[in-house]
Amino acid sequence: MTDEYVRPNPEFTKRVIDAGGDTLNLCFQCGTCTGSCPSGRYTAFRVRKMIRKAQLGLKDEVLPSDDLWYCTTCYTCYERCPRGVDIPGIVLAIRNIAVQEGYMKEAHKKTASFIVNNGHLMSLKDEHKALRKDNGLDEVPPTVLMYEDALKSVKSIIEKTEFEKLIGSA
Amino acid sequence: MYSLFLGCIAPLRYPGIESATREILRELGVEYNELEGASCCPAPGVMRSFDEKTWLSIASRNLQISEKKETELLTICNGCYGSLFEAAHILETDEKKRSDVNEIIGEGGYNGTTKVRHIAEVLYKELGTDEIRSKVRDGLKLNIAVHYGCHFLKPSKIKKLDDPERPTMLDELVEATGAVSVPYKDKQMCCGAGGGVRAGSPDVALEMAKNKIDNMKAAGAQCIVTPCPFCHLQFDRGQKELGDGYDLPVIHLSQILGMAIGLDKNKLGFESHVTPVDPIL
Repeated sequence: MTDEYVRPNPEFTKRVIDAGGDTLNLCFQCGTCTGSCPSGRYTAFRVRKMIRKAQLGLKDEVLPSDDLWYCTTCYTCYERCPRGVDIPGIVLAIRNIAVQEGYMKEAHKKTASFIVNNGHLMSLKDEHKALRKDNGLDEVPPTVLMYEDALKSVKSIIEKTEFEKLIGSA
Repeated sequence: MYSLFLGCIAPLRYPGIESATREILRELGVEYNELEGASCCPAPGVMRSFDEKTWLSIASRNLQISEKKETELLTICNGCYGSLFEAAHILETDEKKRSDVNEIIGEGGYNGTTKVRHIAEVLYKELGTDEIRSKVRDGLKLNIAVHYGCHFLKPSKIKKLDDPERPTMLDELVEATGAVSVPYKDKQMCCGAGGGVRAGSPDVALEMAKNKIDNMKAAGAQCIVTPCPFCHLQFDRGQKELGDGYDLPVIHLSQILGMAIGLDKNKLGFESHVTPVDPIL
């Protein structure tokens, strides 16, 4: 029967706090966040519950859950929280841990790989170059796309943080 | 002096937002130069969600370029603004994180001094609506649904620009063109795209956009104006995904100001918009 009881896991709670969730334990579960949450209107995501589970360290309920990825980081909950809990910061901290533990959507891996390869979220194709020219702009913007050394320096940052390895293993 | 931070969506998918921005800055006498070699901010919802260290390091490299030029970094996107503003705030206040990041980015490191600005607040605070109104040729006769987006004003504790629940800054800027900013239900709601939701759960993101667009249409809006290319993309491409009956033109703040001061149509770049803008031209 004991399996039916919630078993707190303080180690995981601490991991969330260390990853950026230092206001986690200020939450007293009023639910203002859930009442303000745009994603909560369309999904079963209940951000108050997510925070409670993080307080209790319920790792296996939090990390694999789709709900974790429904937060748009709109900050409305943070604006309204009467306890000053940095709720989006906690969601981001849990997401970071989820990625370390191998939970990452394929679509997100693809987005990340664009930044790894191009230094931008998306590519510059001929059709976009033509549009830029029509609008009186240079075909290539003066970003990492124009300066090879600049792209190299972004790639060197990514190498040092071992980001590719991280998303590769996710 | 400002350095223009382009980001990704404006220069690579909606170049009209970039060209309109360059033109209005010139017409309004705002001096700026290029932020050569800048990258993605990087996108807060995705990169910061995946790995804070990589997010903060790439952001600090962008901030470093501006710091070396001794300019303020001018963004034209809520996502870039949110990402770089928060990164700058962390790096200014957390010495440990700054020194960790400096080990990674090298090239002399970042000293934590760059000021990150958003074009809407620069136009509002440094120029003012009277100055903008004085440059307007024929006032626009349009009912506009203003969409602030989330990362322009929030978190308000550090941005301190306007009331995040009942702001007026953007409405005042839009009304300086002669247009009317129409009130609509749930005006401060998110477009649904941020936080990696558009990439990871497109159906959920679209449902949120649909709700906002329905509310805008019910209020009699003839177009949407936003200061964020990502919200812009979400509404513009989202309407094609929604199908019949979804045809509300989507226009960036720089483009509506460009229209009002009489910029050449080809500098506004409406041909890259998926939802046609013609009905309001």
